This record gives sequence, C-alpha cells and structure tokens, in this order.
Amino acid sequence: MSAAFSWIKPEPHGIYVAPADCWIDPSRAVDTALVTHGHADHARGGHGKTVATPETLAIMKLRYATADGATPVSYGETIRLPGGVDATYIPAGHVLGSAQILLEHAGERVVITGDYKRRHDPTCPPFEAVPCDIFITEATFGLPLFTHPPIEDEMAKMLERLAAQPDRCVLVGAYALGKAQRVIAELRRAGHTRPIYLHGAMEKMCRLYEEYGVDLGELRLVSDHAKDDMRGSIVVCPPSALNDRWSRRLPEPITAMASGWMRVRQRARQRNVELPLIISDHADWGELTATIEEVDPHETWITHGREEALLRWCQLHQRRARALALVGYDDEDD
Amino acid sequence: MEAFAALIDALVYTPGRNEKLRLIGEYLRATPDPDRGWALAALSDGLDFPAVKSSTIRNLMKDRIDPVLWTLSRDFVGDTAETASLLWPVTASDGTAVPSVTQVVEILSSTNRNTAPAELARLLDRLDPSGRYALLKLATGAMRIGISSRLAKVAFAQAFDVPVELVEEYWHGLEPPYPDLFAWAADNADPPDTENMPLFRPFMLAHPLEEAKLDLADYAAEWKWDGIRVQLVHAGGETRVYSRSGDDISPTFPELVDAFRVPGILDGELLVRGAVQGGEKGGAASFNALQQRLGRKTVSKKMLAESPAFVRLYDVLQWQGEDLREAAWNQRRERLETLLPELPDSHFDLSQLVEARDFDHLAEIREGTRDDAIEGLMLKRRDSPYIAGRRVGYWYKWKRDPLLIDCVLMYAQRGSGKRSSFYSDYSFGCWDGDPDAGAELLPVGKAYSGFTDEELKKIDRHVRRNTVNRFGPVRETDKSLVFEVAFDSVHLSKRHKSGLAMRFPRIHRIRWDKPAHEADRIDALRALIRD
Ligand SMILES: [Zn+2]
Ligand SMILES: [Zn+2]
Repeated sequence: MSAAFSWIKPEPHGIYVAPADCWIDPSRAVDTALVTHGHADHARGGHGKTVATPETLAIMKLRYATADGATPVSYGETIRLPGGVDATYIPAGHVLGSAQILLEHAGERVVITGDYKRRHDPTCPPFEAVPCDIFITEATFGLPLFTHPPIEDEMAKMLERLAAQPDRCVLVGAYALGKAQRVIAELRRAGHTRPIYLHGAMEKMCRLYEEYGVDLGELRLVSDHAKDDMRGSIVVCPPSALNDRWSRRLPEPITAMASGWMRVRQRARQRNVELPLIISDHADWGELTATIEEVDPHETWITHGREEALLRWCQLHQRRARALALVGYDDEDD
Repeated sequence: MEAFAALIDALVYTPGRNEKLRLIGEYLRATPDPDRGWALAALSDGLDFPAVKSSTIRNLMKDRIDPVLWTLSRDFVGDTAETASLLWPVTASDGTAVPSVTQVVEILSSTNRNTAPAELARLLDRLDPSGRYALLKLATGAMRIGISSRLAKVAFAQAFDVPVELVEEYWHGLEPPYPDLFAWAADNADPPDTENMPLFRPFMLAHPLEEAKLDLADYAAEWKWDGIRVQLVHAGGETRVYSRSGDDISPTFPELVDAFRVPGILDGELLVRGAVQGGEKGGAASFNALQQRLGRKTVSKKMLAESPAFVRLYDVLQWQGEDLREAAWNQRRERLETLLPELPDSHFDLSQLVEARDFDHLAEIREGTRDDAIEGLMLKRRDSPYIAGRRVGYWYKWKRDPLLIDCVLMYAQRGSGKRSSFYSDYSFGCWDGDPDAGAELLPVGKAYSGFTDEELKKIDRHVRRNTVNRFGPVRETDKSLVFEVAFDSVHLSKRHKSGLAMRFPRIHRIRWDKPAHEADRIDALRALIRD
C-alpha cells in the first residue's frame, strides 16, 4: 500500500481522486466529475461524465442545457468507482440537491463538504455529520465576526418594513439558486400568503424547486404586472438586478439583500442596500468550528473562503489542518 | 443610546441626502435635551475623549480574542469600531439599563487613560451590536458614516425651520450640547449672544468656470493662489485664524494672531514666504513649504523664522464694527485697498487684480503664467455681495489645465470605509529608461480618486487577478495596467526614489488598451516641473 491518503490529491483545479481518475467539483472540464451541488463555481458544464444527486443534475441541465453522461446518485447511496473507491452522497443542507461526498478507499475515509450549513432549510434535507479521517471543509464565512441570526428575525424585519411602508415594495436581492427559494419558503412559513413577484431570471429555478416538492405559494412575474399591482408586495431578484435599470418598473422599492455578508455594514453600503437581511446558506463561524469538533477528523483541509482564520483556529485547538490553494471558487452572493 | 444607535444604523443604510436629513431631523425633534445636543455634536464635529483611542479598542479586544483572528477580522471589515462591535463577547445582562447618550458622554469624559478601558468595557457589556457600534464611533470621535458636518447643520436648520447661515454663524461660538442653539431654534428663545465673539463666517465659494466666456466689464479677475484659504477674525480682543472648513488653526500660525489686532473679518490666502516664487511683494514659497507648517499644534522659533506665514488678502467681510457682506464686491475691494495700510505689511499684502483687454487676452495671460504659487484665476462679479457657500453666477474659479502623464500601476492597497473590500488606493510609477532595454519602474505617486464605482470594480478585479506579491493590505501587481494620471504640478522631492512628487494626482483615464512599456518615462515627468 502506498503512503496514507496519497490517493487523494488537492490540485489547483479541484480535488483529484487518483485510483478512480476522477475530480471533485473541478473548475475545468474533465472526463469524470463528482459534483457536490449546482452553484456555478462547483458545477461546471462540459465534463464527460457527471456524478451528482438527481436534483443537482436537474439544476445543471437547466443551466447548461446539456446532461452528457449524467450519473445520478441519491442521498445515502454508495457507488463504486474504478480503482476501489466508494463514493457516498450525504445531505449538506446548503441548497436543493447539495451533498457532501464521502470517499472510502483502502480503509481510509475522506469527506468533502462542498458548501454546507447547519440551519433548518425548508428546501433541502439537513446536513449530516459523518465521521472521517480527512474532513475537507469550506470556509466562506470563516471569520469569528460571522454569526448568522435566526432567520425568523430577518423575516420579521422584512415584513415589518413592508407593513410600515405599504405603498412601496421590498425588493430582495437573493442568489437565484437556493437563497431565493429559501427566502420565499421562509416567508410562507412566517405566514406571508400574498403573491410574491419574481424577476424573470428567477422563474425557471423556482419552478424546478416546485417540481421537487418545495411549496413556494403564488408566484408572479414582474413583467406581467403593472407598477401599482406590486405596492405592498415582496419582489425577488438576483443581486445583480438590485441597482439596475430594471428596478425602475417597481413602486419605490426598498432595496433589501439576503446574504451572510450583510452582517458587515460596509458590504451593505457597497450595494446601496437599505434593508440588510443576514441570511446565509453557509455555516457561520460557530458552526464551522463546532462541525469540525463534532466530526473530529484526524486532519482538516480547507477549500475556499476565509481559510487563514479557520486554519488559525485549528492551530489554536491543536488540530492538524491545511489550506488548499484551489482556484476558480468565488464567494457566492450567499 | 437606543434611539441614537438606531439613527446611526438608519443613516448608514440610507443612500439619499433628503432621507438622511429627514432622519436626523426626526431624531432631533423627538429626543430630549441634552441627549440631542451631544448627538448633534457627534454627527457634526465629533466629540473628543482624549482617554479613548482606537488603540484602546484594539487593546480591549486583544484580551478577548486571539490577535491573529482579530487582525484578519479587522482587515476584512475595514473598520476597528465595527469589527469590535461584532466580536464583543455577549455577557449575560446584569440588569443595568442601557445608558443614555448623556450618560455615555459623562462616563467617557470623566475617564483617564487608566480607567478608560474598564469603563468602555462596562458600557459595551450593556449594549447590543448596534449600540456597541454607535458607542465606539462616538467614543473615538470619528463617525465616518457619510455625514458631513455641513449636512448635520442643514438637518438641524430644517428640523426647526431656521436659516442654515445663522446656524453656521452661531455654531462656532457655542459648545456642545448647544443648549442656547436648541433654545433659540426649537423654543423661540433669543438667539445666542455672539456679538463679541471671534466667530467663523462661512466662506463664499466659487464654481468652476466651464467653457463659458465672461464679460470683463461685469467680472474682475484676480490670481488664485496656491496656499490655503483662511479667514482672520478679530473680535472681543481675540484673534482667530480659520481654515476653509471653519477649523480654528490659530495655534499653528501665532504670528498672524499677533499681527491682526483690528476688529474685523478678512478673507485671504495663507502663504509661506520663500524665495522660490515671484508674486508681487516678496515671494511665496511653494505649497510644499506651507505643508511643513500645517497640522502643527505648536510651532518652533526656527520654523517661524524659516517659513514665516503671511496672508494675501482677497476680501473684507467686516471692518471696525461695520458689516460689509451686503455691499458689492467693488465697494468691498475699495475698502480693502484703503484699509491695507492699517495692517503690518510684514504679514499682509493684497491679491492683485489681473488686467486684461478682454476674455481671450485673459486666457492668454492664464496660459502664460509660470508662477508655481498660482493655481489659476478667480473671476468675481463686480456687484456680488459676500454670500456663504456657492452661488451660481457670482464667483468662478478658472484653474490651469491639469498636466497628464501615463503611469503603470505598481501597488494597490485596500481602501477604507465604503471601499474597504476593494483595492482602491493605487501607487504608480514611470520608467527610469527604455523599458525594452531593461529599465525599471520607479514610484512617482499615489491616487485614490478619479474613477467611477464601475471602474473601481474593474481595477479591483485586475489587481486580484494579477497579484504577484502580498504585504498585508497591499498587493503588488504584475505592472501591466496603465493609468493616465492628471495632476496640478510636479516638484523635486527626496521622499520618492524617483526624486519627484506630484501635487493632486488623480486617475484621469484607465488605459486598458495601452501596453505598459508605452507608459511615460521619468524624464517626461521631470520636464513638467514648472519652476
Ligand atoms: Zn454553494
Ligand atoms: Zn462555494
């Protein structure tokens, strides 16, 4: 047998699984890709074969209009890859279809989290902590200042503002995959039954969520309605449309943004956000560190985000850790 | 403190000026004295608590969080107060009520350097994150939330429907929490008694002259000197020197305080004497020489002897008890000329008018001037009264065209405030020879303005993608991007390796199209020195 864990190799363009000749979330086209979830920086088009959950494959099909070599794996299912590598897909709680990938080879266990969160989300099953030797984690909100408040507080903030200015509308910028649907589902959970208006770019993904059984209530397209119809309503758009000409068709929108970055005032100001909503689909600092303690791996590898701080925390807690220099991962608007 | 913290948060997130004015006004009307007075002071001039420094906050945090994690967090947020407000450990409430603004001010002003950390910590424990942010901003004296002192005063004036000019005028004679000002504005009491106080009067300002031609029969021209605009006030036996923003800079220029002992108010340009530049009576040194004297709280004898200050007079607002602000510029100018002999010529002279046959001739004169102490021309309507602020049609400034040079971006630093997550401060250089023959770039200046938000994002992306080295908040780039840099003048300087320093450099255009080796050489920049 070769040296421990020599079969799993962090390369600049993704994590390479040598015996199976496949990549996890590669940032360029490869023969075989194991994809954790549908966000663009993790799921790229053009691979020969893509192994992912059925939901993730459906999202990729929607985005890239191709599904070459799609190989679905359900949550909890294990597939055998070449070279004696077993891969199991485990819920990550990040967005619809998001999975952690457990790899087992020669008695060694590696978990790649992709992106994950620990909070309740009505649109996807919750994260499951799986014991392993190497835990490969994200660190998007890997700074101790990031504490996401309960989502109920943020919903209340939005609904109070809407009630206080019923002649206007609240325009919420939310990432088109995951965040938008979660915000809508949470609004429904908070008892908001009025129609919610969508930017055209949101429609397909919302419909796809509904096909997978997520109830989003009555959705309408902004383009089908007059300005006055939308007074007192919530409108959801991609963050890029917030300060766009497009928003001129809305009745005096109160600009809101649903993102974990909204914890920092200057981040909200950069986007001219009047109503910051601290809502994230990633683990916050307390959850990142608690998850490492819970999983209790021999070694922690950190893929992307604020890796320096999480690395420092591992050092301070006598945990073996390293930061991987991966390229091509962005901070999503999460 | 809750209402104040809510106001600060709302102001941070409110982009529109009118909405900001409304928010401040609402707070000022709804809040009792003296809380609102302290809040107004915090929003306008800032409160000063000498015992509390930014380092006090840092030290408090070092006892509560690992220093590396603190630094990483601080760098990300870009603001010490906000970082601390987010990282402050939540303690179980001991039941003490949230302090009022007045209580906070009382506690902070009664602390000394030894007790400040503990007192500040106790206050932080009693507040939520918003309250902690407002407290730390207030305690360190710099709100930096996009509210200018002027905006706060306009909000005050609008809240109580009083003229902002009067607010400005009374302001400088009063101390926070401004009980007399509130009594006057909010409760119809008599105006504050300012008769015998050496108060600042807001300056009359000029619009830039844009492609208009003016008739010199209506407008007089004079030089615009490259010093600092000052107002000298003598009243009630005291003399003050005020800067353009109304800051009292008398301690920095004691010779002017001594030289001006007649009741009156004068407007002029403060310059430092030197052999460098012509002028009419004795030369003015370059702005660099003046820079040596600015910002000092005390001045050495040596400094006074080497770089004596004097004022080149532009205007007179009051003289011997007579208010001249309503009079036409013509009349004020005449008065200025006749009063000049009453002032010591060691410290005062007159800004000469520029005589020209017509406007085109004036343009020729403007182009032809080589004097480095001249920034351009001022054009003043002969019948203009002296009005606070910028009024269309009265005064124009006609600066010399900026100089331009192509430089290469070398280093980029993270900005602060709203730009904290962008690389927005740029150092650039020129070639010290032929770049194709192995010449190197030498830094010639720094700029952080002149580009739009969209351009900033593009440059930021360029910096991130083309980083070759990192030094804390600074990134060294691969030196591939060319900036066309505009600047007012260039001087010899020992501070830069290139031996040159620019004045007022700003990014004029971003030359995405231009290869770096085609940027300018140091020699080209040196040729633009005007002396
Ligand atoms: Zn993601
Ligand atoms: Zn990600």
